[in-house]
Amino acid sequence: MRITELFDNGQFVVTAEVGPPKGIHIDHLIDEAKAHLGGITAVNVTDNQSSVMRMGSLPTCVALKNAGLTPILQLTCRDRNRIALQSELLGAAMLGIDNILCLTGDHTTMGDHPGAKPVFDLDSVSLLHTVCQLEKGIDLGGQPLVGEPPKFAKGAVVSPCSDSVDAQLAKMERKVMAGAEYFQTQAVFDSEKFISFMEKAKQFGKPVQLGVIIPKSAGMAKFMNSNVAGVHVPQHMIDALAADKERAKAGITGVEIAAQIIRECRPYCQGVHIMALGWEAKVPELLKLAGI
Amino acid sequence: MLITELKNKDVIQSQLNGKVFILVCHGCKEIHFPEQEADALIAELKDSGIVTGTLITDYICNVENLKLRLQKQAAIADADTVLVLSCGVGVQTVADLFPHKRVCAGCDTYALPGFQGVTPLQHNCKQCGECFLNLTGGICPLTACSKGLVNGQCGGAKNGMCEVDPNMECGWERIQKRLEKIGRLDALKCPVQVRNYATNDK
Repeated sequence: MRITELFDNGQFVVTAEVGPPKGIHIDHLIDEAKAHLGGITAVNVTDNQSSVMRMGSLPTCVALKNAGLTPILQLTCRDRNRIALQSELLGAAMLGIDNILCLTGDHTTMGDHPGAKPVFDLDSVSLLHTVCQLEKGIDLGGQPLVGEPPKFAKGAVVSPCSDSVDAQLAKMERKVMAGAEYFQTQAVFDSEKFISFMEKAKQFGKPVQLGVIIPKSAGMAKFMNSNVAGVHVPQHMIDALAADKERAKAGITGVEIAAQIIRECRPYCQGVHIMALGWEAKVPELLKLAGI
Repeated sequence: MLITELKNKDVIQSQLNGKVFILVCHGCKEIHFPEQEADALIAELKDSGIVTGTLITDYICNVENLKLRLQKQAAIADADTVLVLSCGVGVQTVADLFPHKRVCAGCDTYALPGFQGVTPLQHNCKQCGECFLNLTGGICPLTACSKGLVNGQCGGAKNGMCEVDPNMECGWERIQKRLEKIGRLDALKCPVQVRNYATNDK
């Protein structure tokens, strides 16, 4: 099932994100996803997230699909050139994976193989363009595909709380022109910023899922403020997390913060994308508290 | 070594806006410059009456030298566009010198094996053979962006700085600001750019 059909039907689409293991055992990931993410629309599978080498996104997507979930294949341009990316897309379609999220990808120096070659032959925009070409039955080299072409729900990302918001909007427009059908955002902690971003982004007419991270502690919030691009946790939330460490550690404060952001932003977006970062077990509770 | 080759005439024409000053760099001795084609283009543009002046010089990458040479060129003040026929470093130097003017790259620059010439360090040209400077306000996206992205900013800028190199301003943020300054934000709506790595085989 392509999640674009749900957006078209006016459904508020809820997705979450899982990261494949650094190893060959997938049972734990599948068990967790089945237990906590079975009730949501779809599950993103990251592609060597933060440039840290792990099992691939595609085999993990297939394992999730076999377990009855709807996976979204994240595809970055960091590790593969245009030949490998197109080959991966054809393989995904053959395996019945029809939801994708196209990203440029973090730089290799940000991860655990800093000496690796950063490829970036394509980027998020030219990858979306490439997917559209494949859907027309032609590859990026201009050669025809044999048989019925693939069809994907094509997603992309945008960073609404970035301090370069004009450059982000310009890039978002380029992604729409290149074929993006829906957007997931970087984590939002400032509802007002998100709402004012959406006022400008709605001109593109594409569904946007609010990005949400459940903050685990004041330390994590401060770390994100210093190190994660496009993420800013306001001081009053950091204070709330610091006020009662036990409550924060149990996830109660973080879930309250995240639920409040979802409630405030819900009228302005078409879905929510939760980056649980290991706290998948808290997703059902978060959605309940957010009234979804 | 490097070779500069004139861009397609239609591409150059599409970048020219209003009055034009033409700046030609004969370059360092390590480059090959398309003299005859450049002369023909300049003559044609002059005939069309849009040219305020021309300066043929060398080492325009040396900004102090360039400033001296431009002192006697009052005609550049009357121009809306500066058409630069040089390698990518030269175009970036001129764009930097005239932050409020439209600067048009008239050449593509190709790499050849061997000595690369002596250029100041503040600008860099990858000699990619498909110069993107006309789409990016004269700031090279291959060298000003850590990922060498040609279709806009990634999500990795923090406080305007690149997350790969915190001492480097995000190249696409610079491009965005510059395009705004010269009234060329429309350049961001250009078709999807896909790099052609086969230009190196020429």
